[in-house]
Amino acid sequence: MVRGSCCKKGWEGKNIMNAEWKWDFALQILPQMLWATLNTIMAAGIGYAIAAVVGLLFLLGQRTPYKIVNAIVREIIEFIRSTPLLIQLFFVYFVGPQFGITLSAWVCAMITIGLHFGTYLSEVYRGALEGVPKTQWEACRALNFTAFYTYRRIVLPQAFPIAIPGMGNYLVGIFKDTPLLSTIGVAELFHAATAVGGYHYRYLEPYTIVGIIFLILSVPAAMGIRKLESSVNKSQGKVKN
Amino acid sequence: MSYFSFLAEHGSTLLLGTVTTLKVLICATILYVIISVIFGLMRISNNSVIQGVATVYIEFFRGTSLLVQLFWFYYVLPFFGVSLEAFTAGVVAIGMNFGAYGAEIVRGGILAVPKGQWEGAHALNFSPFKRMKNIIIPQIFPIILPPAANLTVELLKATALVALVTVVDLTFEAKQINAITWLSAQCFGTALLIYYIISRFFLVPFLRWLEVLAARKVGREKI
Repeated sequence: MVRGSCCKKGWEGKNIMNAEWKWDFALQILPQMLWATLNTIMAAGIGYAIAAVVGLLFLLGQRTPYKIVNAIVREIIEFIRSTPLLIQLFFVYFVGPQFGITLSAWVCAMITIGLHFGTYLSEVYRGALEGVPKTQWEACRALNFTAFYTYRRIVLPQAFPIAIPGMGNYLVGIFKDTPLLSTIGVAELFHAATAVGGYHYRYLEPYTIVGIIFLILSVPAAMGIRKLESSVNKSQGKVKN
Repeated sequence: MSYFSFLAEHGSTLLLGTVTTLKVLICATILYVIISVIFGLMRISNNSVIQGVATVYIEFFRGTSLLVQLFWFYYVLPFFGVSLEAFTAGVVAIGMNFGAYGAEIVRGGILAVPKGQWEGAHALNFSPFKRMKNIIIPQIFPIILPPAANLTVELLKATALVALVTVVDLTFEAKQINAITWLSAQCFGTALLIYYIISRFFLVPFLRWLEVLAARKVGREKI
């Protein structure tokens, strides 16, 4: 019965603390935070891998020959995209036990992240496929290539560079959404910060360190993606010439 | 307990939470629009100090997680003598976070206005302020509204996070009801449905209408 309430202890104590930054305390908790960062990176990585596959399934679901199936999949994607990740997490985490299925917080988190960002990635894939000129498809038909061969040798090699920037953006996006996982008790960075803060009754250093770690990891990643994007655009331009 | 009796008992609580969610949505949207215009303009300034400030702001807020910012505003700012109410902290954190994303959209929109427009304004000897106000800004709406609409839907979803800093919104109410009744499927399912309905049948059509309006306005002005 105490599920989900684990990260709330000690929040009331916020007014009795003083404001100055304590270096020794910050250094003392830093190793713990860095260990938790590994968990965060792992959560983002696994979640992303699942989302990449789920995105593919959603994409295929929208491209079946049956219009009704396509419409239903489309609506499911709309539903997942327009509802908050936080409540989806709660839903997956709490509804299972109601029907006798108990999953660990990690499994729930990975399922939810995979589904949520899978819908976004399916849009990225769709955009990339539509970015391949129609004439390429027609040429393949004219040459009597099989559908599999068309995808593997003609379409996908051209679609992939278009999808790279969007896929990269969502990798950073998942990374930045991992703190939400602390709400169902996944022991990632933010969870560690709340736990440390509750234990020592100091929140200034833990939360600031979390912010700094996020900045250190995600700003260079975002910059790298931007660079990749411009180089991809350039290479696409070269292809046109 | 059937779903309808669940609704009869807890529906009003959820609706009250929905009202708070809508309040957060509206306040945060106003704040983020203002911030994105200011920082979007600062970002294209020729003064490198102003541009630098805007860049640091944008990179900072886009680089860290919204939840971290929210907790920072609510739990850490009191250390520095700034005590924000939960609602204010939530609106400010969401507004500033999305303002950073919006600023990039505004910047992109301004830079996407055809060069001839800038040169035309220059040739007619408009001051930079007048050029921006009368020539460039009216033309950016059809460009920035589609991405801004996406961002606003994202903002609606982000409002759920304010529940974690004790704002009594829809998410918070759903959690409370879950803690009392343990009817998780019903309460979280209803909350998901309400978010979906707000977004699909109210927010998105409204934003589409704005897009059509903006496109029509520019089209008319061209004729």
